[in-house]
Amino acid sequence: MGYFLSYYTYISFGCWVQNMLAAIIMLIFICFCVHFQNTAGQFFSSGHTNNWAVLVCTSRFWFNYRHVANTLSVYRSVKRLGIPDSHIVLMLADDMACNHRNPKPATVFSHRNMELNVYGDDVEVDYRGYEVTVENFLRVLTGRLPPSTPRSKRLLSDDRSNILIYLTGHGGNGFLKFQDSEEISNVELADAFEQMWQKRRYNELLFIIDTCQGASMYERFYSPNIMALASSQVGEDSLSHQPDLAIGVHLMDRYTFYLLEFLEDIHPASKSNMNDLFKVCPKSQCVSTPGHRTDLFLRDPGSVLITDFFGSVRKVEITMEAIHLTDPILQLEDGPMSEEVQEKTYSYVDQLPVSEIIHQKPKQKDWHPPDGFILGLWTLILLVFFKTYGIKHLKHIF
Amino acid sequence: MGLLSDPNRRRALISLLTRLNAPICVLCYFAAVCWFMGLSFEPFTLRTYMSENAMGSTMVEERFPAGERALATAKEFGAHKKKVGGMPVDWLVKTMQARGLEVFTQRFSRTLPFPDENNERYIVEGTNVYGILRAPRAPRTEALVLSAPCSPGDDNNQAVGLLLGLAHYFRNQVFWAKDIIFLVNEHDLIGMQAWLEGYHHTNTTGMDWSPLQGRGGSIQAALSLELSSDVVTSLDIVLEGLNGQLPNLDLANLFYAFCQKIGVLCTIQGRIQRNDWDSVSGYSHAVQTMMLMVMKQASGRSWGDHGLFLRYHIEAATIKGINSFRQYKTDATTVGRLLEGMYRKLNNLLERLHQSYFFYLMPSLSHFVSIGYYMPAFGLLAVILLLRALDLWVQLATPPSRNEDGVADIEQSSTGVLSVLTPLVISHLTGAALYMLPVRFQEMAVEHFQVSETEAVVLTAIAVYTGGLALPHNTHRLISGEGTEQGWRVLKLVAVLYLAVLLGCTALINFSLGFILALTLVPVASFVTPHVPKLLSAVVLVILSPAFTLLFSVFIFQELQEMPVSFQDGWMLYLSVISQGILDHYLYGSLVYPLIALMVYPCWLLFWNILFWK
Repeated sequence: MGYFLSYYTYISFGCWVQNMLAAIIMLIFICFCVHFQNTAGQFFSSGHTNNWAVLVCTSRFWFNYRHVANTLSVYRSVKRLGIPDSHIVLMLADDMACNHRNPKPATVFSHRNMELNVYGDDVEVDYRGYEVTVENFLRVLTGRLPPSTPRSKRLLSDDRSNILIYLTGHGGNGFLKFQDSEEISNVELADAFEQMWQKRRYNELLFIIDTCQGASMYERFYSPNIMALASSQVGEDSLSHQPDLAIGVHLMDRYTFYLLEFLEDIHPASKSNMNDLFKVCPKSQCVSTPGHRTDLFLRDPGSVLITDFFGSVRKVEITMEAIHLTDPILQLEDGPMSEEVQEKTYSYVDQLPVSEIIHQKPKQKDWHPPDGFILGLWTLILLVFFKTYGIKHLKHIF
Repeated sequence: MGLLSDPNRRRALISLLTRLNAPICVLCYFAAVCWFMGLSFEPFTLRTYMSENAMGSTMVEERFPAGERALATAKEFGAHKKKVGGMPVDWLVKTMQARGLEVFTQRFSRTLPFPDENNERYIVEGTNVYGILRAPRAPRTEALVLSAPCSPGDDNNQAVGLLLGLAHYFRNQVFWAKDIIFLVNEHDLIGMQAWLEGYHHTNTTGMDWSPLQGRGGSIQAALSLELSSDVVTSLDIVLEGLNGQLPNLDLANLFYAFCQKIGVLCTIQGRIQRNDWDSVSGYSHAVQTMMLMVMKQASGRSWGDHGLFLRYHIEAATIKGINSFRQYKTDATTVGRLLEGMYRKLNNLLERLHQSYFFYLMPSLSHFVSIGYYMPAFGLLAVILLLRALDLWVQLATPPSRNEDGVADIEQSSTGVLSVLTPLVISHLTGAALYMLPVRFQEMAVEHFQVSETEAVVLTAIAVYTGGLALPHNTHRLISGEGTEQGWRVLKLVAVLYLAVLLGCTALINFSLGFILALTLVPVASFVTPHVPKLLSAVVLVILSPAFTLLFSVFIFQELQEMPVSFQDGWMLYLSVISQGILDHYLYGSLVYPLIALMVYPCWLLFWNILFWK
């Protein structure tokens, strides 16, 4: 403001046109500042600073080619939109590209007639083959890994990370089959996410599952900031797509196929939001009914960008302003200040204001009447009883 | 609670049992026959379906192009075969090597126990040639086999040609996860037996063979090809193997699925499927197809080169090309494509075929009857035997209405046991004689009678069989005491139980054999006593004996195949069937001949003994 005044006094000496021009330029500049303020507000509205992805394919054997292709197509999209390999944990239960039965070795195709090779040249698989187990998956999520685990196998997320979790394989009502020998239940998964929440391992979580009866897997979630999508409801089967005669197997599942097509149109600067994602693969294309769950999520899904989870968009604000650091940094004096500090006692804020966040009513403790009152009440009842029915029964008690 | 321990109730039950025994037995018998006939009625059968998940649907692309080249190779093979006068080993080795296979040969030799007049061979020497296509990237732990026999004359040239054409095509593909062994065997079943024994390091039949130099891992499935014409009108699948063993139904399902995909006419038992199951002719067509399968299974022969694989738990089938007078012809390229599709699907297997049924009957290629549905038919027949045994037990348990003291009773029972033992031993000795004498004493027979060795063997067998009929009159002279009322009852009880166990075990392994034997022997076992009219019963017993069952089966089999024979030809066929049965036992280990000679015939002799009990 002071700046403006001094300029104004200077102007009173100069040309009137120059005055107006300067005024107009100032106005525009202020408008831009305000606008930047707004977009900056939008920029930082999501609250995350980094992105992670955990992509899991749980089935092995050649006839489950499509599950590996599903996972690899999501991997490819996520990598293309910016999440680096160091932030992706890719778990593939079987090696389809180098399977003896693959007529095109070192490739995994997602489209018929071998249009799109999702295996590529730079895939990095973190957990492969028999390492994909329920235990390893849960350890990755919760971070309880032995100290010798390399960084590439860890989910090193913090409380400002947005995590995308994608699961595919064979599933049923309430469980997902891992490798033909074990299962993970929806309760286990929900508890794992709660552990993650309590350890502050995520800011927001997007959970996508493409299996039969996938909606049963997100029914039990109870931690905040989770949005879930599934390819089929309870009682429905997710169907496979893209039968390829040359390779001899189905190449993809329907939901992930249309998801891939949707993601191919997303680029790092696109503004598509979650509502568009919910519309992917309607019943006419998918035959099963995809479902989603947003009640645990704080923000409105319409304001959540796809790239919040699928990409790693760096929040960079370019400014032309020069910032003057005018005051030198002063050393703080010790001594009297520390005593002052010690006088005040601080306590930690409640770390788990879950009830505030999810707008739950506080759990009501049941009210019991005081003990003495109960004793008196019973005595009264007894006396009344004996009065009416005769005193001779009293001796049975005493 | 007291159903069996309450004496009154028990007596009532027992009297019910003895009164209604005969009617229930007759009812059960007719129920069994009706159940069996009803098996081929289409609403009672199930449609075939692929059970193995790894094989999935017929979703492959078949691209085999070289049918004409295969036929040219076949002509070359035929020419070389004629020139060499047998198996052209050097030409085969060179051709297989030119196609990029690892080629090995195996020599084998066998002297048959007596000359085989059907195939005109006695001392057999031959060579098997096989080439292994190694899987490009897989470890050599599993293998598939495609085989074609080298037959004398002009037979099966096209099969070998197609085999070589497929070998060339398969060699250019990278998606094989198992080794493929292309086998050309000489002297059909004998060569196949030698190869299998060499491959699995067993020697069960006393054949002489050179060890195999090259091996491919554990064999998961095998197909044998028989193709004798350039074009075919239909493809027939043969499933019945040695001792009535059948391959897993998934193999037949795979064949049928590909036939439907490619549009080739496919048959089983050489009969085309009909759709009008509700008409009488449609139903009888299905019944005839199933009866053909039952008879083929009961014979215990291997009806194609595949039959010997089944013993090693390798699912195998034979595919025969049939060229009849239909208009629509299928060329060699299409047959090659069908085989290519089947092999690509077998390539996808992760474990041996085990998801589908191992015991089934097929009234047509698209419907089947599983063991759970056909076993009650046999169960009803076994129930008759058990009812008869119960009846006899009751009769034996009630004390005789005589006023003698206990000593005489004990004497009676002890003589009863002894008198039972003698016929048992003598019947089994006769059975052993039937098993051993024909082959051992063929030289003596040839010296004394002017017949060939084969005829000598067969006629000796028939002679021993008929000689056994004279036994009862003679053995009774050996026993000191005369037979008693108790005696024949004990013998019959033992015989009925023995028959029940024998037929039960047979039906478990080879249902058709057990059922056919049960159909004829169970009435014999039920009604025979010393008190029925002797002459009539003797005639009936002889007609229902195993030998006559075989004779009737031969005639019925020829009828079913729509090639009825006159009595003369039928008799010659019957003799050849007996000789083939004995040969099968010595060459491949078929169990039908020892079963009938050592167990079924003595059992029948026991009933013959009972009939003539004094």
